[in-house]
Amino acid sequence: MSLSPEQVRQVAHLARLQLNPEQVAPYARQLTDILGMVDRLSSANTAEVSPMAHPLDMVQRLRPDVISEADRRDDYQAIAPETRDGLYLVPKVIE
Amino acid sequence: MSQIPEGWEAVIGLEVHCQLSTQSKIFSGSAIAYGAEPNTQASPIDLGMPGMLPVLNVDAVKKAVTFGLSVGARIAPRSVFARKHYFYPDLPKGYQISQYELPIVFDGHLDIELDDGPDKTTVKRIGITRAHLEEDAGKSVHEGFQKSSGIDLNRAGTPLIEIVSEPDIRTAAEAVAYLKKLHQIVVYLGICDGNMQEGSFRCDANVSVRKVGAPKFGTRTETKNVNSFRYVEKAIEYEIERQIEVIEAGGSIRQETRLFNPDTGETRAMRSKEDANDYRYFPDPDLLPVVCSDEYIAAIRESLPELPDAKRARFVQDFGLSDYDAKTLTSSRELASYYEAVVAASGAEAKLCANWVATDLLGALNKLSKDIGESPISADALAGMLKRIADKTISGKLAKDVFEAMLNGEGSADEIIKAKGLVQITDESAIIAAIDDVIARNPQQVADYRGGKDKLFGFFVGQAMKATQGKANPDALNRLLKERLAG
Amino acid sequence: MHKHSIAELAAGLREKKFSSRELTQAYLKRIDRFDGAINSYVTVTAERALKQADAADARIAAGDAGILTGIPLGQKDIFCTTGVRTACGSRMLDKFIAPYDATIVEKLDAAGMVMLGKLNMDEFAMGSSNETSFYGSVCNPWDKTRVPGGSSGGSVAAVAAGLCPVATATDTGGSIRQPAALTNLTGIKPTYGRVSRYGMIAFASSLDQAGVVARSAEDAAHVLQAMSGFDPRDSTSVERPVDDLVVGLGQSIKGLTIGLPKEYFADGMAPGVRVRVEEAIATLTRLGVNFREISLPNSPLSVPTYYVVAPAEASSNLARFDGVRYGHRAEGAKSLEELYKKSRGEGFGAEVQRRIMIGTYVLSHGYYDAYYLQAQKVRRLIYDDFKRAFADGIDLILGPTATDVAFKFGHNSDDPVAMYLNDIYTIAANLAGIPAMSLPCGFVDGLPTGFQLMGNFFSEARMLNVAHQYQQATDFHTKWPTEYAS
Repeated sequence: MSLSPEQVRQVAHLARLQLNPEQVAPYARQLTDILGMVDRLSSANTAEVSPMAHPLDMVQRLRPDVISEADRRDDYQAIAPETRDGLYLVPKVIE
Repeated sequence: MSQIPEGWEAVIGLEVHCQLSTQSKIFSGSAIAYGAEPNTQASPIDLGMPGMLPVLNVDAVKKAVTFGLSVGARIAPRSVFARKHYFYPDLPKGYQISQYELPIVFDGHLDIELDDGPDKTTVKRIGITRAHLEEDAGKSVHEGFQKSSGIDLNRAGTPLIEIVSEPDIRTAAEAVAYLKKLHQIVVYLGICDGNMQEGSFRCDANVSVRKVGAPKFGTRTETKNVNSFRYVEKAIEYEIERQIEVIEAGGSIRQETRLFNPDTGETRAMRSKEDANDYRYFPDPDLLPVVCSDEYIAAIRESLPELPDAKRARFVQDFGLSDYDAKTLTSSRELASYYEAVVAASGAEAKLCANWVATDLLGALNKLSKDIGESPISADALAGMLKRIADKTISGKLAKDVFEAMLNGEGSADEIIKAKGLVQITDESAIIAAIDDVIARNPQQVADYRGGKDKLFGFFVGQAMKATQGKANPDALNRLLKERLAG
Repeated sequence: MHKHSIAELAAGLREKKFSSRELTQAYLKRIDRFDGAINSYVTVTAERALKQADAADARIAAGDAGILTGIPLGQKDIFCTTGVRTACGSRMLDKFIAPYDATIVEKLDAAGMVMLGKLNMDEFAMGSSNETSFYGSVCNPWDKTRVPGGSSGGSVAAVAAGLCPVATATDTGGSIRQPAALTNLTGIKPTYGRVSRYGMIAFASSLDQAGVVARSAEDAAHVLQAMSGFDPRDSTSVERPVDDLVVGLGQSIKGLTIGLPKEYFADGMAPGVRVRVEEAIATLTRLGVNFREISLPNSPLSVPTYYVVAPAEASSNLARFDGVRYGHRAEGAKSLEELYKKSRGEGFGAEVQRRIMIGTYVLSHGYYDAYYLQAQKVRRLIYDDFKRAFADGIDLILGPTATDVAFKFGHNSDDPVAMYLNDIYTIAANLAGIPAMSLPCGFVDGLPTGFQLMGNFFSEARMLNVAHQYQQATDFHTKWPTEYAS
């Protein structure tokens, strides 16, 4: 499987990464190399194998339904790039 | 309501997002109260801060299972949370934790009733494909900013179940009937407050059209977040009409997400969802499979409240009510409990109680724009009045005055009866005296009546009642009047 | 003072030979003197450290001290620390000060340890050479023209140069063990779920595990003991009591059976490294260990499996860095999309971007089954290989840690695949979730090398016991790079 520069641009868009035009070609080459290495996976016979999402054979633990978080908005927003009136600001969203 | 043009058929599936009325969020200990100051209920987990991890709320799971059991669905012994990826500022982690391949609830159904004209209803079964647990997103605020939008993440992480119907719905009216029934059930179960204005119960409508008999579904659009029953109806009707117009004009329907505008009654394509979505679902490695054992499911099944359909059937069976009254009285769990309390406390005939609750009380509450929980007359108080009707202290007619006085907060039925001297006259000699007086003063009418004008009986009843200031026991009055008139 | 073990330091503190403040000052002085050239610390927290040292001295005076009370350490800059920047090697988090502590930070603080500062690392722990850090490369104290390994390059360089007695680290595909091998240290990655991930910035959630790099198995045991344990804030934390890791160190290892996977001893290992690993096997044989050849037939697939699973999870975990609530935000973006793309384009370095793109690609529509799902299935095959070996009477597994000694800067910088193959021996333990460690076994042309032990789930105590017995019989781990010896 090889990735074309156009595919690299598409993936970068999906991942919301701005690439400089001169980065696209080397990325295409490197990602192609990586996928080439990864393609070895197809050699494994996995017809009868169930996928393993997680190394732990455990089940989800449940938390009691209690409010344990206090309002610490000022602390949390002290590290925010831009806020006003308690809201995080972003360039205008058009729905 | 507009009709679907001859030869066309609409295919509708609904996705309902129902906020679960837990105390805290699905994966964090933040509060979920509505209307709090922006971002005061957003913890580092809800804000998607680095290194933060989700832990699942026990009550969210219980409420989802409760719902599933109430719509005859199956509960997955093992369900899995997955991440659904898209970039949007109200989605702090860049993914929503949801369920994808293995939802907690699947394969259920809901029977809806359709009015097919006067006194004629048919029942239609709508399949429920699945209901899965997920976290809600935050909100964008556009008002008050020039070039910016504000992001409030208080709602982010509120537990939701997304209830997905089969594409079994064919008209806007069916869609509304389905939604109302679903709404009634989740509120009955106490798993959702049902407040549509606040977004606790929201609907996305998938609509497509096709020629009747066409083997395949047409391309569908998804209209988002329609937050009232009326809007759902309008949005679906608009979409059906629009799609048919497009196709008849030789065009084709684009699969897209649309937004309903309540001001114009129209839908339009959403700009923010232009991207063909590639959500890149995969199992969330921060969460493990949720296991529901048979014992756990059985315990929840044990504790399920009686659902509206069962309650309605029981009211018909046990109380001898008409199906219509039973349906009215079971429309909400609070109303049904109110009614049952009145019957129990008054000892009066169930049918009489039903009339008073369904007609007089609901009518009065409607005028006051109050719901049953805010009724100025408690079930005990109304029972107190019905007791006095049952023991013939007051007539039904007098009771109307007592009821009005109770609504105005003038006290209990007994206090009002005493204060106004409304005690019914049951002493027959007093009633006979009044009747005789009426007969004596109206010789012409008496002659006409005796000559065969039966309709005049009502005139005599009215006159006699008037003479007793309405206090005569109606049964006694009727009987005695007939005797005396017979001569 | 910097050559003492933790037990010796603790004894010195108890016996009032020196105070924690003096010990802390001594380390701060060494950092000042040496770290300009090594670049192991991203942030030195001198003031906070001295405060903690004073508190520790008070605890010691009050007789309320544990073995770790007053002992300095370095924290990998992947663990969130309230009030102290946690940058994770990235421009994206250059200004990020977490409003919370990671669980392990809380635990080590509670034990009375003194945090000297935050240690350099590959950006978001993605790298095997510490060359991807926004804060610059870290030098290997054994040869400053060479890499210290990665991603915990700062952690190992600081311990190896005596700029802290012990350091925390994380391991997603070998990020504790490979750098430990390249710097003559003992590094342990415990069983997945043994140490809480709460407050540890995620790279690949189903693989990430925190651990320790130290100068001996004994030192590592003390610190790992304090870090381990159940945490209700992490759904993947295991609710199981922690074994006593220290008490068993002195046990005899006679009669243990250690498996040697033939796949690990095939081509790929540098000849010099092979000699040292074989010597280690000989030493352990003398100590009474039985060796048996085993097969982990799917291990050749562990690198490709890892480079699907890890980037997939990383692409998802790093989606939260969008410049809205914290972290780097690009200037002058006119639209939301521009804000995202510029902030992330500027905030992430090339290796992180590559992995995000690979991960995005393998999860995207049409490729999921061929890549992600297939990788999950092969992951199970790899896991089953280990399960079979341990069920077959194998107590531990031994193999090389790294293919070679530390390489020169820039060696693999334009060839990601060659770089990824550095992890060939370490990745399988992460995929399976089992504990693994690396410990020194001598030198090749003056550069350190190490070997790896892997164990069954929750066999940390046994692994550390073998490592400690080996270290009682050898002195490789006591060697210092000349420049930092005094």
